[in-house]
Amino acid sequence: MLKIKNLHAGIEGKKILNGINLEIKAGEVHAIMGPNGSGKSTLASVLAGRENFEVTGGSVELFDKDLLATSPEDRARAGMFLAFQYPVEIPGVSTTNFIKTAVNECRKYRGQEPLDAVAFLKMMKEKMKLVHIDQSLLSRSLNEGFSGGEKKRNEIFQMAMLEPKLAILDETDSGLDIDALRIVANGVNSYRNGENAFLVVTHYQRLLDYIVPDFVHVLYNGRIVKSGTKDLALELEEKGYDFIKNEVELTLNV
Amino acid sequence: MYEENENILDQVTSSEYKYGFVSHFETDDAPKGLSEDTVRFISARKNEPAWMLEYRLKAYRHWLTMQEPTWPNVSYPAINYQDIIYYSAPKQKIKANSLDEIDPELRRTFEKLGISLQEQKRLSGVAVDAVIDSISVTTTFKDELGKQGIIFCSMSEAIQEHPELVRKHLGSVVPPTDNFFSALNAAVFSDGSFCYIPEGVRCPMELSTYFRINAANTGQFERTLIVAEPGSYVSYLEGCTAPMRDENQLHAAVVELIALERAEIKYSTVQNWYPGDKEGRGGIYNFVTKRGICAGDYAKISWTQVETGSSITWKYPSVILKGDYSNGEFYSVAVTNNFQQADTGTKMIHLGKNTRSRIVSKGISAGRSNNSYRGLVQVARHASKARNFSQCDSLLLGDKCGAHTFPYIEVKNNTAIVEHEATTSKIGEDQIFYCNQRGIDTETAVALIINGFAKEVMNQLPMEFAVEAQKLLAISLEGSVG
Repeated sequence: MLKIKNLHAGIEGKKILNGINLEIKAGEVHAIMGPNGSGKSTLASVLAGRENFEVTGGSVELFDKDLLATSPEDRARAGMFLAFQYPVEIPGVSTTNFIKTAVNECRKYRGQEPLDAVAFLKMMKEKMKLVHIDQSLLSRSLNEGFSGGEKKRNEIFQMAMLEPKLAILDETDSGLDIDALRIVANGVNSYRNGENAFLVVTHYQRLLDYIVPDFVHVLYNGRIVKSGTKDLALELEEKGYDFIKNEVELTLNV
Repeated sequence: MYEENENILDQVTSSEYKYGFVSHFETDDAPKGLSEDTVRFISARKNEPAWMLEYRLKAYRHWLTMQEPTWPNVSYPAINYQDIIYYSAPKQKIKANSLDEIDPELRRTFEKLGISLQEQKRLSGVAVDAVIDSISVTTTFKDELGKQGIIFCSMSEAIQEHPELVRKHLGSVVPPTDNFFSALNAAVFSDGSFCYIPEGVRCPMELSTYFRINAANTGQFERTLIVAEPGSYVSYLEGCTAPMRDENQLHAAVVELIALERAEIKYSTVQNWYPGDKEGRGGIYNFVTKRGICAGDYAKISWTQVETGSSITWKYPSVILKGDYSNGEFYSVAVTNNFQQADTGTKMIHLGKNTRSRIVSKGISAGRSNNSYRGLVQVARHASKARNFSQCDSLLLGDKCGAHTFPYIEVKNNTAIVEHEATTSKIGEDQIFYCNQRGIDTETAVALIINGFAKEVMNQLPMEFAVEAQKLLAISLEGSVG
C-alpha cells in the first residue's frame, strides 16, 4: 500500500528526516515512536503533503503511484487520512457541513454520485456511535470551542466518515484522559477491517494497549533506528528512550 | 449546500466579472456637464411639475457651495463634474405598458443579467422595477400589488401620479443639504423606485429594483423612497451591475425609508457594480446616502447589504430611531479585492426611549484592497434605556490588504447599554491545509470559510437571493488565495 524509500525532508533548510524506509501493507497497523524532535510529526505532515516541508530526497508510493507528486487533496481523495495533532477551528462552518463537503469531494474523485441528505444523515448516525459523538457537537462550528477530547473524537469520526485506506494518527492520544483514550481507540479498532492500514504516531506505549500494532518502529534523529513487535514498545516504556539513544551512539562509534 | 458549493466552484474558476458586457441601443442624452440648464433639461425631459424643478434647483445651488468630503479612508483622483453626462435614457418612445413594447435589445440585456421581466417566468413572489442608466424601463406585478393599495413604481411615475406623497416625503430623511452627494443627487436624480405600503398591509411579495449602468461617461443618480404606513411590512431588494470600462463612473444614489408606527421595512442590497480590473483601472465610484427613520413607536428598519462591487464604496445605511421601542438593524458583508476600496458602515441614532439597534459587519479584504468599517452609535439625552450591540469582524486574505475599524460612540444618557465587539482574523494556511487533507481543494475551501464567516449576514437575505449572494462572494475573491 505505502512504500517509503530513503525519504529525506526538512523545513526552512533544516534537515529533519534523514532517510526513512518503511513499507505498510493492507491490514497492518504500524506504530512510530520516538523522543521529542525525532521527526514523527514531520513524517506525518510530509506524507499528508503539508507545503512548508521540503522533500530533499527519496520516494513515497501510495498504491504504486508517486505520492509526492500528488496534491494534498488528491492524496486525501485517494484514501489517505491524517488525524491532526492540533485540529484547526473554522468559525461559521458547521462540522456536519464540513464533513459533507469533504465526503462528497472524495466521492466525486472516485466517480461516485454525491450523497443526498438522507443517505448522508444515515451514514452519520451510524458512525457517530463509533466514537460516542453527539449530534449537538456536529451542529457547532468545526472544532470551535471543542475540548481537547472532543477535537480528537471528531478527528476519528471524520476518519470513519471518509473511510480511508490508510489512516495516519498523529499523536491522537495527546491530551486525552483515560476514558477518552479508550473511546478513541475503540473507534479506531472498530474501523479496522483487514483491508485498511494505520500509521500510529505516539509518544507513549499507553495508546498501544488499546490499538495493538503489528509493528513498532523507533524514530531517532530522522531515521528508523529499530523495528520490532509490540514488545519493543513495552521495552521502551520500561527503559526509556535513552536506551535507544545509547544503542544508536554505540553503533555509530563502532 | 453541496450543489451550491459545486456551483460556486464552477463560477470561481470560470468567471471574471460576468456582467461586463455593453448593450447597444439608442439613447437620449443630456449634454455633458452640470449647470442649471442641465437640471432644467432633466426636469423638462421628465415633464415635472414646477415644485420638483424648484426642489432640484435649490439643491443644485446649495451643492455649488459644498465641498466633496475628504474624511473617508479612500483615495481617488479628483472627479471632474463637468465631464459627466447626467442624463442618459434608452430611446424608448414611452414607458412600456406591456412587455411586448420593450425594445428587444433592452429585453436581451435583462435576460443576460439573469432577470426575466416576464412575470409568468419570474421567480415567484418578486416584483421587479428595472432601471437602465437614467430611467426605469418597466415595473412588474404592478396591478396585482395595486389591488392591496400598494404603490410600486418608478420615481418619475410617482412624481406624476402621486405628487402629494412624493412631495410630503422626498428629502424628509435625507435633505438635499445633508451632504455633497445627496445635494448632487437631489439636483440631477433621474429615476429610481417608489414604494408605498398602506396601513396594515403586509406586502405579499419581495419588491426589487434592478439598477444597470450601461452608457459610457454617464453618472447614475437614482432616488428610492419607501413609505410604510402604520402596521405595514415590506421587504425590498436592490441589485446593481455595470459594464466593464476603463474610466471610472460615478454612482450617487439616495435612499430614504420611512417606517411609521409598528411598520417594518427590510431593505437588502446586493451591490455588484463593476469593481475595476486587476490593476485597479476603471470601476464605479459608489457614493451613496441611505437612511431610514423609524418615525413611529415600535417601528423597525433592517438594512442588509452584500457589497462586492465598485472600485470605491462610500456608504452608511443608517437608522434614526425616533419612535419609542423602535428597532434598527444593519447587517453587512463587504468584500474588497485587487485595488478596491470600501469605507462603509452605519449610523444608529437613538432618539426614542427603549430603542434598540444591532450592527453586524463582516469585512473581507483580499489583494491590495482596503476595507474600512465606520460606524456611529449615538444615544440622545432623552433616549433612556437605549441598547446597541455592534460586532465588526474582519477577515484578511493575503498580506497586502488592509482592514480598518472606526467605531464612534456618543452616549448622552446614562441608562444606555452600548456594546462593541471586534475581531480580525486571517484565513490561515493551517485551515486551508486541513480542508485539503479532507479532500477539499483550495478554492472550495476558501468559499467554505468565507461563507462561514459571513453566514450571520447572509442568513438575513431573502431566500431567493441568498444563493446568488453566496456565489458572488466566491467570485469576487477568485484567485486571491494560493
